[in-house]
Amino acid sequence: MAYSTHPQHPDIDNEMWASIDEIIGRYRHKAGSVIAALRECQNVVGYLPPLLMDYIGRGLNLPPSDVYGVASFYALFSMEPKGRHTIKVCMGTACYVKGIKEVMSRITNAYHLEEGGTSLDRRFSLEAVRCLGACGLAPVMVVDADTHGDVKSDKVLDIIETYE
Amino acid sequence: MEKLTFEGLQQRQKALSEKAASAHVSQLLICGGTGCHATGSIKVIDAMKEEIRKQGLTDKYEVVETGCNGFCAMGPILVVHPEGVFYQKLKADDVPALVQEHLIDGKHVEKLLYKDPNTKKRIPLQDDIPFFSHQMPRVLRNKGLIDPESIDDYIRRDGYLGTAKALLEMTPEAIIGEVKTSGLRGRGGAGFPTGLKWEFASKSPSEVKYVLCNADEGDPGAFMDRSILEADPHAVIEGMIIAAKAINAHQGYVYARTEYPLAIRRLQKAIDQAKELGLMGENILDSGFDFELEIYQGAGAFVCGEETALMRSIEGKRGMPRPRPPFPAHKGLWEKPTILNNVESFANVAQIIVNGGQWYASVGTEKSKGTKVFAISGDVNNIGLVEVPMGASLRSIVYDVGGGIPKKKKFKAVQLGGPSGGCIPEQYLDTPVDYDEIAKVGAIMGSGGVIVMDEDTCMVDMARFFMDFIQDESCGKCTPCREGTRRFLQLLEKICDGKGIPEDIDALEEMAVVIKDTALCGLGQTAPNPVLSTLRYFRDEYEAHVLEKRCPAKRCVNLLKFEIDPDNCTGCGMCFKACPADAVIWKKKEKAVIDKEKCVKCLTCFAKCKFDAIN
Repeated sequence: MAYSTHPQHPDIDNEMWASIDEIIGRYRHKAGSVIAALRECQNVVGYLPPLLMDYIGRGLNLPPSDVYGVASFYALFSMEPKGRHTIKVCMGTACYVKGIKEVMSRITNAYHLEEGGTSLDRRFSLEAVRCLGACGLAPVMVVDADTHGDVKSDKVLDIIETYE
Repeated sequence: MEKLTFEGLQQRQKALSEKAASAHVSQLLICGGTGCHATGSIKVIDAMKEEIRKQGLTDKYEVVETGCNGFCAMGPILVVHPEGVFYQKLKADDVPALVQEHLIDGKHVEKLLYKDPNTKKRIPLQDDIPFFSHQMPRVLRNKGLIDPESIDDYIRRDGYLGTAKALLEMTPEAIIGEVKTSGLRGRGGAGFPTGLKWEFASKSPSEVKYVLCNADEGDPGAFMDRSILEADPHAVIEGMIIAAKAINAHQGYVYARTEYPLAIRRLQKAIDQAKELGLMGENILDSGFDFELEIYQGAGAFVCGEETALMRSIEGKRGMPRPRPPFPAHKGLWEKPTILNNVESFANVAQIIVNGGQWYASVGTEKSKGTKVFAISGDVNNIGLVEVPMGASLRSIVYDVGGGIPKKKKFKAVQLGGPSGGCIPEQYLDTPVDYDEIAKVGAIMGSGGVIVMDEDTCMVDMARFFMDFIQDESCGKCTPCREGTRRFLQLLEKICDGKGIPEDIDALEEMAVVIKDTALCGLGQTAPNPVLSTLRYFRDEYEAHVLEKRCPAKRCVNLLKFEIDPDNCTGCGMCFKACPADAVIWKKKEKAVIDKEKCVKCLTCFAKCKFDAIN
């Protein structure tokens, strides 16, 4: 365990802190492992609040600036809380050619969401992502772990509505 | 489990092929690539296993989940092996009828066979389908034929013989010599001779060296590396072991995109299986050579495909490139001599060692040898993964393999090389697939993404799209790339919005030269390419945007009027039904009108109108 007492954070409960300590324990003696540690901690909590990044930094014996530097560089890491469901809209070239722009505008209009934003009720987070490599199915949208192919603007909302 | 020796490997291979030959079991090869998973192949696989069991056919048929078959647009795909009948777009509900008709009654199920989009004829055999018959599978020789999660399937098809030969019979110099003879050039896009790269690293004196595999396939529209890792992960592992022997390294990393969970899972499984059999780890095949391999997951940064940035990222830092020299062959990961090759490059190596460099070089052009895997997508009938010999023309890729443009639209351009590449118009479609020839027409070979664009694509908007990508992915370290791409994007947005002035086009050209000459890494140096190549071939479109405030392809929203031309409107009502904002006013058999107050400019009506009546 990195520290005997944990800082207080509304989104992190004791069980999560135990997992976080386990992750830090595994990586603390391995050079260059901050990216892996951040990824796993984000999987536990859902995002990376600054307090958690500080905690990871202390555990891995890195200055907070290094941890923040890495977390802010890579698109995978989020410092804001996410919605219950994450909608990833592929902005790759094939999807673009096949009309993903229309799909995106349909979603942003319907849920008053911005790219990278989360709806007020925390139901959806919307992300515009880089090519998912599923160009055979273009245009592609991924909701949570489900990949939806051939998503046309006139049926995209029907798909999204199935996620409560 | 007992570790294999060379004799043990040969015996295992012989036993596996004899067993396969004598068992009289047909295989039902169902594609389990990412594309087919998304269209429901897992349900098809489960239904097929259930149905085979129910019908008591388990001793005659074996259901195999393969890696990517390549014909992604037709998924989920089933190939009945060895006869080679190809079924497409299967649903779990189709399975009982298919088992009854094909497996029991011995008839083809017509409606599930491939239908040629041009001749409208059904084609039963995979090898007769033009998409497959024009290909030459070498890197993809095992795709769709083996279970990627079974090392025995790979060994049966001569797997690990290249590793055995390299470790037991060859010196590092001999390995490098063979790779140099083969003429293999880096398949990541830049085309640097692989043998030469290995030679530099092998001559670098150091106790510790590294072999890295670049699986950070970031180019939009490229999915070759993902498919190779999903379909044949052991081929990549073998390439890395052989490279390690060539430069005397004992540790390797595969830097893989975190967006590819299936590829990562299969590769990890392959590594574990190889270790178990003594094909990786300490004293491989009793040769005295040690090699360990780890997967390192990226975290979503395009620039990490650049070699020095990738190494920084493995070190746990921000993935920013550094100036070269020193080159990684002298100072790479953790300041030690390092080689970095792309997935496809490594996947070629074992076959070069087994069959010899001469064999490999027998295919291709003078300076580009072997084959190249391409991912074709966009406005083309046959979307998927293909492998063609170097020297094949782009036209044959688009029309013979790709099956041409759907909906009778006209071809406009093909985009090669992702954000670092360029667009090639109709008049250069006969350019052969060759690193140097493609560079001459203003694009690059790139990692293999081929995006076909029809007449409805606006080339200025396309340039804007790529610049938006590059600008967002610029790491911000050097000024030309950080500021230059932003200025580029501003100008392109201005032109797309109809606010451009003629001087803007000159400014684009001038800035392109400066960024090319002064940016730190490959990402910045190639950033102007999409703009330069579209300016070179489609200058008229830029001029239409700037001088006439008109978008010829009708894609740039702010240049469109959103008015319906009553002369062309037939009153069919398609736009009315499609409009999400109820902005189209229409009554049966009357001409439609758009209410501009309600219109959200989403372009849905443009896509639906078959009569080109909306301006």
